[in-house]
Amino acid sequence: MITIIRNAQIGPDGDKADVRIENGTISAIGDLGEVAGAHELDGSDAVVVPGFVDLRAHLREPGREEAETIATGSRGAALGGFTAVVAMPNTDPAIDSPGAVRDLRALAEGASCEVVAAAALTVGRAGALLTPMGELAAVGVRIFSDADRTVSDTGLMRRIMEYATGLTAVAGGEPIVLSHHCDDVHLSAGAHMHEGEWSTHLGIRGVPREAETIMLARDIALARKTGCRLHVPHVSAAESVAMIAEAKADGLAITADVTVHHLVFTDADCASFDPVFKVTPPFRTEVDRAALEAGVLDGTIDAIVTDHAPHEPHTKEFPFDEAPPGVIGFETALGALLTDTDVSLGRIVEAMSIVPAQIAGIGERHGRPIAVGQPANLAVVDLDHEWSVDGSAMASRSHNTPWHGRVLRGAVRHTIFEGDVVVDGGEAQR
Amino acid sequence: MSTRPETGAGSDANGADEQTDALAPVFGRRAARTFVARTEVLTNDDISRAVRRMAHEILERNHGLHHVVIVGLERGGVPIAHAIAAALNHIDPQPDDVPLGTLDASFHRDDLGGQPGSIIPAVTTMPFDVTDRHVILCDDVLFTGRTVRAALDAVTDFGRPRSIQLAVLVDRGHRELPIRPDYVGKNLPTSRSESVQATLAGVAIGEYRTTETDAP
Amino acid sequence: MKDLLTIDQLGASGIDEIMQAADAMAEVCARPVPKVPALKGRTVASMFFEDSTRTRTSFETAARRLSADVLNFSASSSSVNKGESLRDTVETIEAMGVDAIVVRHRSSGAPQQIARWAKASVINGGDGWHAHPTQSLLDVYTIREEGRRFDGLNIAIVGDISHSRVARSNVAAYRALGANVTVVAPPTLLPPHVETLGASVSHDLDAVLADTDVLYLLRMQRERMDQALVPSLGEYHRAFGLTLDRARTLPASSLIMHPGPMNRGVEISPEVIDDPRVRVLNQVTNGVIVRMAVLYLVLSSAAGGSAP
Repeated sequence: MITIIRNAQIGPDGDKADVRIENGTISAIGDLGEVAGAHELDGSDAVVVPGFVDLRAHLREPGREEAETIATGSRGAALGGFTAVVAMPNTDPAIDSPGAVRDLRALAEGASCEVVAAAALTVGRAGALLTPMGELAAVGVRIFSDADRTVSDTGLMRRIMEYATGLTAVAGGEPIVLSHHCDDVHLSAGAHMHEGEWSTHLGIRGVPREAETIMLARDIALARKTGCRLHVPHVSAAESVAMIAEAKADGLAITADVTVHHLVFTDADCASFDPVFKVTPPFRTEVDRAALEAGVLDGTIDAIVTDHAPHEPHTKEFPFDEAPPGVIGFETALGALLTDTDVSLGRIVEAMSIVPAQIAGIGERHGRPIAVGQPANLAVVDLDHEWSVDGSAMASRSHNTPWHGRVLRGAVRHTIFEGDVVVDGGEAQR
Repeated sequence: MSTRPETGAGSDANGADEQTDALAPVFGRRAARTFVARTEVLTNDDISRAVRRMAHEILERNHGLHHVVIVGLERGGVPIAHAIAAALNHIDPQPDDVPLGTLDASFHRDDLGGQPGSIIPAVTTMPFDVTDRHVILCDDVLFTGRTVRAALDAVTDFGRPRSIQLAVLVDRGHRELPIRPDYVGKNLPTSRSESVQATLAGVAIGEYRTTETDAP
Repeated sequence: MKDLLTIDQLGASGIDEIMQAADAMAEVCARPVPKVPALKGRTVASMFFEDSTRTRTSFETAARRLSADVLNFSASSSSVNKGESLRDTVETIEAMGVDAIVVRHRSSGAPQQIARWAKASVINGGDGWHAHPTQSLLDVYTIREEGRRFDGLNIAIVGDISHSRVARSNVAAYRALGANVTVVAPPTLLPPHVETLGASVSHDLDAVLADTDVLYLLRMQRERMDQALVPSLGEYHRAFGLTLDRARTLPASSLIMHPGPMNRGVEISPEVIDDPRVRVLNQVTNGVIVRMAVLYLVLSSAAGGSAP
């Protein structure tokens, strides 16, 4: 099977050309002429970029299939131009053993994108006992995370970090990445939004920035002591960006990501009491949002993630403080970044493909240059296409998008995963 | 007699009779309505004479003022009631003026919120016991009779009057209920689509213009 | 206006309209037959997701004095625990045919959410720590009834501001009307950025008493002790309770108010409860009057719609 992308711009800054794909690989780039029997994809007024890589997504399977399955989640990811997503281990049961990883991979057979298993730091994400990290590394796990839970026990966190530094050889030479949610639960208990003017006006208990920064300071100190490879997920506070910049300046092996929605929304969006604006960590102020965006632009923040968190539709019809936090984000990620932020397509390719692929340990397959001989994990994106977001029209089983009803400029036209066209003209093929 | 122009709903207007509403941006109407007169029917002097005549008729029919109380219907009937009471006090001076009350019959209407004009109810003041009294209800314009029907119910909540009588400055016809006035300043044939404005300053036929204002 | 959710949506003019209507309702309540058929044939549902016998009784009395039918729905257990969403619950009630829904909910914002889903008018009977507009309106009515002008009036609100919907709504109402409001509490009972509510802040009740025209005491919830927000009820009473000594400092012309029910010996000493400046029972009486006004105006404006 030969696929040809016609007349597309090659990369954010490249020239127009045709791209020929066969056997999962880019086989030719140039003015290619007619090829009998080839599957033609229209690339006019569009850009070919490496497929996006999401470092943080909740696919809910196994355990909460009513909210999402790997099939529906990966289909949404493909529609959003993602060719790989890192599945968080907060499933039921949690991904905390080699068997659970194998089960997840079996479920992901035939998915619309590569599903990368992250494994839990602690057994059952309970914050008490180490998972068999060595065995997990041996079956290929490169990212460990307790998802939305914090390891509050500082002694335990130190042991996890120390243990992880010994697994580099098992992991094939690259250090194990510890992606740890920073939250001082004693400061955030019972809170449902950012602590600030808005929480005071709305009468909702707020979580102060310090819940994040105190735990981040601890993690940075422990990472410095142990030499572990720390990744800071979904940074939400301006101070955190400064702390990460300082740690990097000190030469620490630390990376960080921010969600698309934290680059767009603030606590003021909670004023409607619509729980679709309830997320963890919470939307903070415009000062924080601007600092996060600046952090992405200057490279302090390495990656942009969706933190795709589906919840069955009725759960967003609970009161704000009873509703679960989180939003879905695959299909809106590109359009929202192009419409609502100053992040360029070039920076999007770095922060949502090249860098996260390296962090996730899949850099030999994803986030590659658009060049002959490279694996064909690609997205063809139309920067000018305007579309109105409809939560119920998403591939996800859940509809909880904060962009519902908004118009976004920028959309994914085609997605090619391992050489197969999984999205053709905006339509999912799997 | 007062000749100041009254603003306020013609209480028996059923959709037509009033001057410009005070702007009531939160619960009240969002539009101001202005009355544009086409035909002047009664002048201020005509009205003074009509009020005096009605006062004489009230005295005659009730054999003096001994058991009479005057009740003006909010909002257009209140100045009429004041004028009739003043005329009664002038014609038949007593140690105490004739008792005067005001009644907002909105709470007894059958069309909640359906009236034009402000929906803010006026305070009813009935500083007397109506039991065994002749209650003279006063209004500006008698039209469908629905306000008077509501007022009859409201008055009887205050006691059991010996009689309830009705005095109106203008009867423009088009009754929808079996109600007739006892004292009329002027019978005024109108078409149903016309509007009538009746104040102590004058009576005119014309129409209301609605001016949209900024919604809250 | 279809719904009454917050004081902010009313502004000074909306508050004034409700006060005017409340005057008319006060007259109705003083009649030989304190009942009018204004809302005959209308159904008012009281949906209380949190127990409050006082507020519920007040609303239901108001509805009955206007001849509305009252449909009483209690759901003190969490809707999540019942597996039913808030929207499911509201749609179930609305399907029974209601014109207005009075909502009391432990969660801030629940009435706003319900108002988005319901065709019926929604009246906020108190939500979480967020708003309690009818309480504030009855408090405004009580102060106004004394002939006080709000412009320049000094009002001190004392107690647990952080967790109080009454405090938030009352600051909004008093500020809208031009009063000077000071919130008085230990820092642990003040929300962050409390000054953005529009009130001055004090941690010293004794320093504000002499200049206070209205002293508004909030109910102190005993559960705050468990959260270590104040060391003990005794310490709270000594620092922020209305003791006999403090009552002597308070000007003779001032008013003492409390949304009830009062904790004797916590917010107020037992010997001050019968002080002639205390207006707690007037507040209860005015609660019915003001809620009559709110029900009448909301249902009238919903029924009549806007002007042609």
